[in-house]
Amino acid sequence: MNALETRKLDKSFGNLVVAQDISLALPAGARHALIGPNGAGKTTLINLITGALKPDAGEIFLGGHEISGLPGNARAKRGLGRTFQINTLFVSLTPLESVALAVCERLAVTGKWLASLARRRDAIDEAFDLLSRLGLAKDCTKPTRDLPYGQQRLLEIALALAGRPSVLLLDEPAAGVPTSESTALFDAIAALPEAISVLFIEHDMNIVFTFASRITVLVQGRVLTEGPPDEIARSPEVRAVYLGGAKHG
Amino acid sequence: MSTDPHLWLRHKARVSPYEVAFWIAALIVPYVLLPKYLALASQIAIMATFCISLDLILGYAGIISLGHAAFFGIGAYAAGILSARGWGEPLSGLLFAAVVAGLAGWIIGFMIVRVQHLALLMITLGLSFLAVEVANTFDGLTGGADGLLGIDTWKLFGIWKFSIWGHTSYAYALGVSFLIFLLCRRLVHSPFGLTLEAIRENPQRTTAIGVANRRHLQWVFTLSSSIAGIAGAMLAQTTKTVSLESLGFQNSAEIAVMLILGGTGRLYGAIVGTIIFMVARDQLSGMNPKYWYFWIGILLMMVVLFMPRGILGAMQRLAAKMSRS
Ligand SMILES: Nc1ncnc2c1ncn2[C@@H]1O[C@H](COP(=O)(O)OP(=O)(O)O)[C@@H](O)[C@H]1O
Ligand SMILES: [Mg+2]
Repeated sequence: MNALETRKLDKSFGNLVVAQDISLALPAGARHALIGPNGAGKTTLINLITGALKPDAGEIFLGGHEISGLPGNARAKRGLGRTFQINTLFVSLTPLESVALAVCERLAVTGKWLASLARRRDAIDEAFDLLSRLGLAKDCTKPTRDLPYGQQRLLEIALALAGRPSVLLLDEPAAGVPTSESTALFDAIAALPEAISVLFIEHDMNIVFTFASRITVLVQGRVLTEGPPDEIARSPEVRAVYLGGAKHG
Repeated sequence: MSTDPHLWLRHKARVSPYEVAFWIAALIVPYVLLPKYLALASQIAIMATFCISLDLILGYAGIISLGHAAFFGIGAYAAGILSARGWGEPLSGLLFAAVVAGLAGWIIGFMIVRVQHLALLMITLGLSFLAVEVANTFDGLTGGADGLLGIDTWKLFGIWKFSIWGHTSYAYALGVSFLIFLLCRRLVHSPFGLTLEAIRENPQRTTAIGVANRRHLQWVFTLSSSIAGIAGAMLAQTTKTVSLESLGFQNSAEIAVMLILGGTGRLYGAIVGTIIFMVARDQLSGMNPKYWYFWIGILLMMVVLFMPRGILGAMQRLAAKMSRS
């Protein structure tokens, strides 16, 4: 049984076809990279899987159960975590509060309106541990908007991990991160629990070839090819459309 | 050195000495120093409660409403009609108003949580107009444009009479307001309160971590409507009349102005804004009302331009700056 599976997903915006016949399968513990030129439909695919967008056709399965009909928050509760290509954070809350909230949601206590947040020691400890592991403990009581960009990218990952996902979708986790801050980010990705199946979008081929055990190449909303990294690197088709013009070609 | 997360969160929710001083002053100043102003003080306590109810949805959850007076008025009419029809016990009147206004809020809430921005403004604005028209149409029940008369508020706890001096009224209004304030204070420091702020900041992200945004928003809207209804009921019980204006757009707009003046998302902003607005209006009431709105208009623009966190927010910043230097 696959941790995540999509079957024949289709999506168009008007005349623009952004997903066509996309079938993907991630076994448990997968490290699967999704690459392709800008505008290929990578982010759209993540939005379809998480329920942020509705597919025109096709099905999605999480741990063998169909989730296509569920709203986005219900999919998250079933173990589907994600990060966003463009920071999507609670900018005036602190990282501590943000992650504590995500933990509270997993513990199903966000509806408690007469309980004290400060007394949820379990949630606070867990949030702080997670922040510490990602190197975010030091500034975790400052407003998120005051954090350096690289730390905000790490907070994106922390928020997703707080839900203890079985499947994690990372949308260009290192995008825009200056080299001075990128080590912490690579370390965070390398340290992801093995049991989690990860689907990640990335432009940096170093990251892709370091972490991925399988790669899917998406071009104009279609799967061009899929396979292990060495095969993808050798494929003339891929080199022509994607790697050919790029700096790694 | 890293911060202890537990200490930091507890510190954030702690009761400050300023708060204690404020509530003691709220009890003592009107009774001892300004007994002539007890009626005004009651109205301020009532409107501050109404303003706090708006802060819950607007300041914390990010639901902008231009029609919140509809729930204030529904509560006022509920308690008023109950009393005019023969049941004038004040506390059960409040409870009745809270239930009726809360129910109305819950029903309207289905619409509110599905819209944003301009649509939200239009729906809440429309709600205000609709409420006035409905109350006007059922004038047999509400008294229509003449206002609801015949309200008789029984003795509080069967002991204290609501006299024209306003001693009982103020104790009642302050006591109920204080209890509601405590409830709201608890709410904003709860996991639910944090969730509301998070939804306001980024609903896309709350969805991605599993939060059922709409369910939370509908619940806070219901609660807020209920509190607005209690405020309206207190006004009906202490002034012994209810007018159509209590439901209307002007009341909705004024309460929003009070909240913005004081500062949103901090509870005390609602209180400070209400005090400033109501005291200024009382002191300037000799003036032509046109001039009153002229000055309020100027003040509102100044605050929005130069004190984006409201007057209380600006004061807190100033105090923080002075303590650092
Ligand atoms: N909500 C939308 N409405 C219309 N077009 C969109 C929308 N979202 C994305 N697109 C278009 O779909 C295409 C794929 O976008 P995206 O999935 O973001 O690409 P990628 O992440 O691979 O760079 C792009 O041409 C983009 O402009
Ligand atoms: Mg993208």
